[in-house]
Amino acid sequence: MRGPTKAPTGIAGLDEMTDGGLPRGRTTLLVGGPGSGKTILALQFLVHGARDCKEPGIFVAFEETPKRIVANAEGFGWRLAELQRKSLLFLDAQPLPDLVHAGNFDLSGMLAVLEAKIGAMKARRIVFDALDIVLALLPDAAAIRREMYRLHSWLVAHELTGLITLKSGADDASAVRHPFGFVQFMVDCAVILNHSVVLGVSQRNMRVQKYRGSGFHENESPFLIGKDGFNVAVARTLGNSDAKVSNERVSSGVKRLDTMLGGGYYRASSVLITGFAGTAKTTLSGAFAEAACRRGERTVFISFDSDANEVIRNLASVGIRLDRYVKNGRLQMISARTIVGSAETYLVRIKTLVKEHRARCLVIDPVSALSKAGNELTANSVAERLIDWSKAGRTTLVCTRLLDETSNQFEGASPLQVSPLQVSTLADTWIHLNYLVQAGERNRGLSIIKSRGTAHSNQVRELILSSAGVTLADAYTAGGEVLMGTLRWQKENSERRAHEITEVAGKHKRVMLDAEAAELEVRVKSLQVELLAKQVEKTLLARSTESRKGELSQGRSRMRELRGADAALRGRK
Amino acid sequence: MFKFRLYVAGDAQNSVDAIANLTAICRKYLPDRYDIEIMDVFLVPARALADGIFLTPTLVKLAPAPIRRIIGSLSHTALVLQALGLEASAA
Repeated sequence: MRGPTKAPTGIAGLDEMTDGGLPRGRTTLLVGGPGSGKTILALQFLVHGARDCKEPGIFVAFEETPKRIVANAEGFGWRLAELQRKSLLFLDAQPLPDLVHAGNFDLSGMLAVLEAKIGAMKARRIVFDALDIVLALLPDAAAIRREMYRLHSWLVAHELTGLITLKSGADDASAVRHPFGFVQFMVDCAVILNHSVVLGVSQRNMRVQKYRGSGFHENESPFLIGKDGFNVAVARTLGNSDAKVSNERVSSGVKRLDTMLGGGYYRASSVLITGFAGTAKTTLSGAFAEAACRRGERTVFISFDSDANEVIRNLASVGIRLDRYVKNGRLQMISARTIVGSAETYLVRIKTLVKEHRARCLVIDPVSALSKAGNELTANSVAERLIDWSKAGRTTLVCTRLLDETSNQFEGASPLQVSPLQVSTLADTWIHLNYLVQAGERNRGLSIIKSRGTAHSNQVRELILSSAGVTLADAYTAGGEVLMGTLRWQKENSERRAHEITEVAGKHKRVMLDAEAAELEVRVKSLQVELLAKQVEKTLLARSTESRKGELSQGRSRMRELRGADAALRGRK
Repeated sequence: MFKFRLYVAGDAQNSVDAIANLTAICRKYLPDRYDIEIMDVFLVPARALADGIFLTPTLVKLAPAPIRRIIGSLSHTALVLQALGLEASAA
């Protein structure tokens, strides 16, 4: 089943809402209150047609002179003068103020004129801006109806894609003023713009009320008139949600945090850093920005809290030096404190900034600024779209969120339930910073609450800021309590002392043993010597015994000799 | 001498009525003092565009000065006379 073909408007968001654009060859009604942007939208539709779709267009202006319309649209960079030469025609159809009307009249004259022009320039698109002005001149409802039908059937007969704008009633933004109400039923597509102020914040919304033969987003979508025209914020459609996933890791700027995360954040993921005031959220996001710049990646740092120069100075005090990257243009620091507007405004500006800077990394500090007064309703969807958008654009997003100091901050779990902005469920990595007050000290603790697709440390670490930079320290757990700061230092010290004592004791023992061994060795030696002496003595003894034996026998024969030795002499004679 | 130019849209009812009404008024109030030029926007759209004619029928009183424009079928005679500065002659 194919619906009507579409004439793209070139308006980001509106084409998505209408699944391609306005119904081609049919009539669309655009309704809105004063200042809701009807004329700009209508003109943008023509400009896109003339410039990008080879569909020349005619703008019939009933309320303003074409000159003024062109002048007002100057800022959008549509190069109207160039288009006006051949593919865009403005017709000044303002009824003269001194016009007298006496009796019935009709629009045939205008249609005849238009017909000639359409033939000449092969126009495919036509806008009747503020048609209500001329309809109001008609004497009665029947005449209005008759002229509207005349116009409608003329558009259909010429297969022109028509856009008629009408002012809405003052009270009900969705309703066309009473006598023109039937127009809403006659057209094939109706788009309603409204402009409201909620708690002092201007909000513009667009809604497609009907679209014959086509599906469309039925919800109101916020829109913004930005630098290059309309920009409608449309919640991501399911179709384009499959952003390419990456296994690449990017450093968080803190070495040990990278280790805790198994290598860093994932590229194109979104990281949320929550914490109370002063828990070093900005510092941690600054570390990320510095690391990104060091890798040579273009980065945008948006601060809602303080001035860009203040951020740079403050971060320099903890060894995060961003100034050089600002100087070489890699880093763009933006103080968004001055931007006033709805969350949508912020989103559009953020998008523009990132696009213009061609940034691969984005820091928003804090993202909770989006839910400032008047924005509570839209802030969530804005944050959601911010995450989706950065993911789709493969931008790594780090945003911080300030938690309410008044909520109980000493229990790890409770402040996390305070979730004014539901970024936490969408973010891929959620790092929580909190204070641990112990023994008269307030120390910063860092824990990773979640990190999708990453085995991450479950331990609370102590975040230490010094002029040398940001480091993490192991936190001691003693009796189920985490020790930080001085307590950690004490614990570390006492452990070191205990270690030293054991070491010394060991040394002592070793010396003692050495001494004992030496003593034994000495004893062994002296015993050996003694043994040797004994052996010598023994030999000596043996020898002396022998010699005595010899001497004895010798002596005996000598004695025999001396005694007369008859036996021997006898022998010899 | 009154010079009129009447822009009409072919044979649309309002245009046909306007021609009839204008002629009747002229005959009654400006006998032999009028000149009517009829322009059919379907035939001369460029001219209509140049003259800024979007609603039909449109009657333009070219002379005497000032130039006046009256739209509609001219069925409202009193209004037409007033616009043409002919109330006195109507009374």
